[in-house]
Amino acid sequence: MIWENILIYFVVIPVLTLAGLAVCKNIKQVRAVSIVGATALMALGVYLLVEFLQLRAAGVADEMLFRGDWMWFESLNIKLSLGVDGISVSMLLLSCVIVFAGVFASWNMDPLPREYFLWFWLLSTGVFGFFIAVDLFAMFMFYEVALIPMYLLIGVWGSGNKNYSAMKLTLMLMGASALLMLGILGIYFNSSADGNLTMNLLEIAKNNAIPHEWQYYLFPMTFVGFGVLGAMFPFHTWSPDGHASAPTAVSMLHAGVLMKLGGYGCFRIAIYLMPHAANEMAWIFLILTGISVVYGAFSACVQTDLKYINAYSSVSHCGMVLFAILMLNTTAMTGAIMQMLSHGLMTALFFALIGMIYGRTHTRDIRKMGGLMQIMPFLGVGYVIAGLANLGLPGFSGFVAEMTIFVGSFAHADMFHRVLTIMACSAIVITAVYILRVVGKMLYGPVHDEHHRTLTDAVWHEKFAVITLIVCVAGLGCFPNFFNEIIYDSFSPIIKALGAF
Amino acid sequence: MDFSYSYLILVLPLVTFLFLGLMGTRLSRKAAGVVGTTMMGITAVIAYTIALDYFFGTTQGQIVDGIRQQLVAWDLTWLEFSEKLVIKVGFLLDPISAMMLMIITTVSFLVHLYSLGYMQDHHHEYEKGLQRYYAFLSLFSLSMLGLVVAPNIFQMYIFWELVGVSSYLLIGFYYTLPAAVSASKKAFIVTRFADLGFLVGILILSFYTQTFDFITLTSDPTAAIATAGGATFMGCSVTAWALTLIFMGGAGKSAMFPLHIWLPDAMEGPTPVSALIHAATMVVAGVYLIARMFPLYCLEEGTMMVITVIGAFTAFYAAAVACVQSDIKRVLAFSTISQIAFMVTSLGVARPELHDGVGYMASMFHLFTHAMFKALLFLCAGAIIHAVHSNEMSAMGGLRKYMPICNIAFAIGCLAIAGIPPFAGFFSKDEILVAAFLNSPIWGVWMMLVAGMTAFYMFRLYYKIFWWNNPDYGHHTPHDAPMTMSLPLIILSVVSILAGFVPFGEMVTYDRASHPIHMTMWVAVSSVAVAVIAILLATKLYLKENEAPTKMKNAFNGLWTAAYNRFYMDELYQFITHKIIFERVSRPLAWFDRQIVDGSLNKLASLTNAASFAVRKLQSGNVQVYVYVYLIGALLLGAITVICLI
Repeated sequence: MIWENILIYFVVIPVLTLAGLAVCKNIKQVRAVSIVGATALMALGVYLLVEFLQLRAAGVADEMLFRGDWMWFESLNIKLSLGVDGISVSMLLLSCVIVFAGVFASWNMDPLPREYFLWFWLLSTGVFGFFIAVDLFAMFMFYEVALIPMYLLIGVWGSGNKNYSAMKLTLMLMGASALLMLGILGIYFNSSADGNLTMNLLEIAKNNAIPHEWQYYLFPMTFVGFGVLGAMFPFHTWSPDGHASAPTAVSMLHAGVLMKLGGYGCFRIAIYLMPHAANEMAWIFLILTGISVVYGAFSACVQTDLKYINAYSSVSHCGMVLFAILMLNTTAMTGAIMQMLSHGLMTALFFALIGMIYGRTHTRDIRKMGGLMQIMPFLGVGYVIAGLANLGLPGFSGFVAEMTIFVGSFAHADMFHRVLTIMACSAIVITAVYILRVVGKMLYGPVHDEHHRTLTDAVWHEKFAVITLIVCVAGLGCFPNFFNEIIYDSFSPIIKALGAF
Repeated sequence: MDFSYSYLILVLPLVTFLFLGLMGTRLSRKAAGVVGTTMMGITAVIAYTIALDYFFGTTQGQIVDGIRQQLVAWDLTWLEFSEKLVIKVGFLLDPISAMMLMIITTVSFLVHLYSLGYMQDHHHEYEKGLQRYYAFLSLFSLSMLGLVVAPNIFQMYIFWELVGVSSYLLIGFYYTLPAAVSASKKAFIVTRFADLGFLVGILILSFYTQTFDFITLTSDPTAAIATAGGATFMGCSVTAWALTLIFMGGAGKSAMFPLHIWLPDAMEGPTPVSALIHAATMVVAGVYLIARMFPLYCLEEGTMMVITVIGAFTAFYAAAVACVQSDIKRVLAFSTISQIAFMVTSLGVARPELHDGVGYMASMFHLFTHAMFKALLFLCAGAIIHAVHSNEMSAMGGLRKYMPICNIAFAIGCLAIAGIPPFAGFFSKDEILVAAFLNSPIWGVWMMLVAGMTAFYMFRLYYKIFWWNNPDYGHHTPHDAPMTMSLPLIILSVVSILAGFVPFGEMVTYDRASHPIHMTMWVAVSSVAVAVIAILLATKLYLKENEAPTKMKNAFNGLWTAAYNRFYMDELYQFITHKIIFERVSRPLAWFDRQIVDGSLNKLASLTNAASFAVRKLQSGNVQVYVYVYLIGALLLGAITVICLI
């Protein structure tokens, strides 16, 4: 019975929350329902982690746990297949935290709070569905469910040039999903040598039947398809505009979770299913993602809009994720997942703080701000912590992730990989430049605008969101081995597949 | 009792930091200061217990066959990169780490105590943000202690970054002052750039040796390097590359030319912070790093040469600049750079076969004595600045009458740094000169010259503050500082007098065996002679107000201006970062992103729009147009068919 599988509740809870929101009458009820939903998800996430660890400790060595299949469409052999490994568990937990903090960050959403939260939760449904599915069809479906609400959330509740940004974001991601769909169909029709076509990831990987000449077409299609979502150069330009226009919690969710779908899809579908092409063609994408890392960081150095700075910083950090995945060894790929967790939390924290500061000063231009530390110490300290985490200070998650990536990438002894790795390493310096530039201009120094003196510091629900995220970032940074082990172990089947091409 | 209780050394500052950082605002400023100071005092007591037990105890296997052992008191797995590459957080006890434990906790405790008096305005009100100040001091102490006890290079790198950030936070303590903000930013970014080299060096080294562990690397360095299989890159072995890059990280923290530019600016921080971080402890981290990996460095002659040349040049450069600065903290900052360069050079010229590796011992010895007398000088400078409310020498003069304790303490510091026996600096500097002469007479003469310059600029500073003229201080007569500030000065003065008699050769040597120090008489005599001549010259020029210094300045105006402007190194950096990186790299990239990458997408969108707009005209509902299009289409198809058939 499908209801006996714990994973399905990651979709059921958002759907129930949606239903609850549909009957809400005022903003208080909307908040209450959302908090209940987010808390339930959080509890479920922690419960899943505990169960998962217990099963692993008991010696269950299956690649995926909590597996279940339910026939959806018999004639095409499409099933709803669920299952998680350590990587998906981490991603689910990340999503739970971001959604939880996101609810508190959208506390005073105006206008149309109910509609806003409806789309917010629909987006979450898609995200959670994507991470629990192991079936190409279900993954693609949930992926699309997550994309569409973004258009409305930015278009209706956004700021600035929101129509342009919403349209650009949607069109670029839709273009990417067109490629993705072609890729998925190609995989499906080559999924088995004996004619039993399947959409199930695990079966396709086991069959390993996709002909090599097909892989050369399908791999770039799927990789680029997901890579666009992961802000890979030169398909990243939706990200700065999209983030700049999106409301706070949407930016958080977008950078924190949605961009992770890209990285997750890249290795779960593109690399895992087509190891031959992954080995042969990785170099092309390594160059592109290597460019992303440095290019994003340099571009962030001269921006003046807080959100643009962090959007370009995201390009740089997400570039690091794809870069590490393409290194195709366990250490680097573990680092990539750590970087996804870390970047998700840090960027969510950043966007939450930017939203709170913008809500007070009504400007995001760093040239028009100064000395905010004296006026709003809580937000100032939060921003400094987020900044230090972002530039990879030990004790925060970014350091652990980057170091794992660098050590893993350095395991390739040839000149090509070495040069790219050292180039990527140099991003740690450039990151320090743009982070400290913002902190110095915006928070320190004398008060720039006398009107800002009347502004207030954070209120309780804002503090709650910020503290939740800081605790997660610091927790991951101080005790990294917990997640590191979970993720590391989950990579062995993928690495085996890569080695056996 | 074994050394497992040593975890307290890291836990106590951490707890203090978290407590003051999170709850500090609930406490009064004074209470926060007292809590911070007390906790640091307890940490110091524990550190002394450990260090003394390590040096003089025998029950824990500290000494086997006359060799002091490297003991790992405890370690915990922190992060596993792969089966072999594992980061552990642990506590390594050997002569240099035990020595550093004592130095750091002593100076840190005295600075904590001193700050209680210093961080008050002239109404004896504690300064705003004192809780934050003490929280950051605790964070710094934690990171520095974690750095020196690191049993593997990665733990060192972790705490290396943490000392960097605590330095950033403390330099920028007065965050409303733009100068402090930009100085803190500069310090962080310059050292970060150096740390990039450190990181790449670690990556190379760990890839070829498959370990981060210091003991594995240094106990049998030849075997550790042998796993690299003689791999080379651009003609040099990969280990040479790794070690040179790691030295780059050390050069950044230790302010070696050309990565020194952040240190003089870092003086924008509160003066006790300068004493603790930018004179006694953090800036010697680079020296400590080389000493820690000394057996590996010994195998790479080329890298040792790089270290020697950079050290010797920096020593001279900084001394030259220090001779003409007018801000007393800047003189001390350049003097620090120069003295650290002495230690670096000493390591660079040290070889195990030269006089039992005397350079290594001398470097560590000088690190120890320098920490004491430089902290003393900085704390004196703090007391002076506190009394006259200015950093400029022109605002001082004749202070010996008003601040007797400070006068004596500062004089002791100057005599120590100038290398006059029996003050501490004489013994350590003398050993450095011996080591330099043993390696090559060129380095010996060079370093002796720089030692002379040191004596000159320190006494120039001393006379300009305490003698020279007698300015009118008005109704704000300067006076000696309160006891919380004077007590550290007295303690450090006593240490600066006595520290030279510590039998360093028996405690801290490259092979951790005991090698008694031999005085080399002719070196000692000539170095003292050079110092005395320099002091006499300074006395002649600066004891009483006269025209001679101005005349000299005018005679060598170009050289003087260049030295005063630090030979324009800051301007060069400014040019590279702003004009090249920002204007020529970042801005064009941002433009490229908006106009070309994004522009082509926008173009695609508008083309699609235009195309659909154009095609729309076909669906006009106008029958003539339909027939027209139909005809053209039919003709085209017909033409194609005919062509294909032929």
